Amino acid sequence: MRAYVIRRVLLVIPTLFILTMVVFLSVSLIPGDIIDAMGADLQDQRGFDRAALERRLGLDVPVPVQYGRWIGGIFLRGTLGESLWSDSPVEELLRGGLPVTLGLGFLAIVIGLAIALPVGIFSAIRQGTFTDYAGRSVAIIGLATPNFWIAVMVLLYPAIWWGWSPPLQWVPFTDDPLGNLGVLIIPSLILGTYLSASTMRMIRTTMLEVLRQDYVRTAWSKGLRERAVVMGHVVKNALIPVVSLVGLQLPILVGGSVIIENIFNLPGVGRLMVDALGRRDYPVVSGVNLMFATGVMAINLATDLMYPYLDPRLRYE
Amino acid sequence: MNDRGASFFVRLWRERPVGAVGGIIVLILILVSIFADVLAPYRPREVNLPDILQGPSAAHLLGADHLGRDVLSRLIHGARISIFVGFAATTLNVVVAGLIGGTSGFLGGKLDLVVQRFVDAWMSFPGLLLLLTVMSITGRGILQLIVVLGIAGGIPASRVVRGAVLGVKENAYFQAAEVIGSATWKTLVRHVLPNIAAPIIVIFSINIGAVIITEASLSFLGFGLPLQVPSWGGMLSREGRQYMEMAPRLALWPGLCLTIVVYSLNMFGDAVRDLLDPRLRGGGGRLGAGS
Repeated sequence: MRAYVIRRVLLVIPTLFILTMVVFLSVSLIPGDIIDAMGADLQDQRGFDRAALERRLGLDVPVPVQYGRWIGGIFLRGTLGESLWSDSPVEELLRGGLPVTLGLGFLAIVIGLAIALPVGIFSAIRQGTFTDYAGRSVAIIGLATPNFWIAVMVLLYPAIWWGWSPPLQWVPFTDDPLGNLGVLIIPSLILGTYLSASTMRMIRTTMLEVLRQDYVRTAWSKGLRERAVVMGHVVKNALIPVVSLVGLQLPILVGGSVIIENIFNLPGVGRLMVDALGRRDYPVVSGVNLMFATGVMAINLATDLMYPYLDPRLRYE
Repeated sequence: MNDRGASFFVRLWRERPVGAVGGIIVLILILVSIFADVLAPYRPREVNLPDILQGPSAAHLLGADHLGRDVLSRLIHGARISIFVGFAATTLNVVVAGLIGGTSGFLGGKLDLVVQRFVDAWMSFPGLLLLLTVMSITGRGILQLIVVLGIAGGIPASRVVRGAVLGVKENAYFQAAEVIGSATWKTLVRHVLPNIAAPIIVIFSINIGAVIITEASLSFLGFGLPLQVPSWGGMLSREGRQYMEMAPRLALWPGLCLTIVVYSLNMFGDAVRDLLDPRLRGGGGRLGAGS
């Protein structure tokens, strides 16, 4: 058990190193003509010359030195650099958008589980019935439907039919919690239903596996009621792998929130990313990439470390 | 071989009718994308100013968009783009996965350890962010898109190939080949390749739907294909958004096409997978979907 934890934590170090390299190289290898294009973009705005721009991007020194500076900046001074566009420190921009993205992601996961748990459990204990087929068909269609299309449709059709459109004016949680929920609820419903499709399929599969176990047969033969068997013996065990599934879904969730934030005009990190890409504001792009990638890695580490606590069988290995 | 092929389709039809229907839809789409030039009533980029935002009519069966371009023709040519990008990028996925996973698993040792850390790092990256970053640097374009989607999707899939290769190495026939001093390439071609064919088909069938949706998402956000290219994702993007309020059908058709194609591909893939390899039955394997 202790060996497992140590091994798992140590594995993070090389991964983190490679991860920072990927984030760093993706931007430091920008071809020269892009620098010119960036210069042209910024020229009208504030009159940059190429040398100044290269200096600001840190491209005036050899690549290993650039990497050293960037990493040094993060670990020693806690800074991710400055936006080329607004001069604000990148970490400040991230702090501004993070509550929005976290709120959206949290609500989406809650909604996703609220749909997937009952449907997945019911689908498994009524395997082969109409309800099972209906639930699974909806899930498969849900997986095939692009969520940006759903979002566009939600913005269009209610407006045409009933003159209603979802609120697109951002309300911070601290100003008005209910108003904040009102803005976030439709976007998180779209993201959440998308997530629920794969979660539901996973829950159904693990439920079916557990339902065939000997201890479940024992529970039935003791004469326990269905409710006691399902809730007490099956669900508890079937949900263990689902914990790591939620971790695995994070990259999909992040990608989804980038799209959804853009459509619903939410001032989160996803919109910051797309805006920065459009302006070729690469220090911000690196910052967002690094934050999301380390975030996903940390949560996956946390779920892996949680595993032995959730599943006592693993503690003795 | 022909006999086996025929009986496979008979089994597919009998045991997995929904999958078979999915297969037929995919086949129709492939034909549509091959004969797009003949089938489309207009050229997809043809601007007809008098027809701007016209509703469905005999001249434009699905109406015209904000530049007077025929929506049906753009959808037909959009099928060509989706199918082409989907198949090309997914083929590249398989090649990349085979090369990385095969080498890493076959050679093992320190190389495997290092390569796997790289794959770990790659997998904690939210795919869409990385794709957006790279596409913004390479610029919009169909070739860039295929290469980027192909490599990005191949790296996580290499885990599956690596696992399969490691499995093959445990078998007696593999060890026997090693013991009699069979040449490396011979072992690879005779013993490893045939036994990892099933996971490779699985990767293809899982990835292709995800690749098509990802292409559409990138084009939707304005980082995929150039605007004039008639892609389904691009047809839904910001440029046309303000006109959609006047003509919501502009948003309806491309999304519907995407959903039908990806649904059919997934159902067909599921069915083929089940028939080829009963061990994979169950559907839990779809989790890797989504680039």
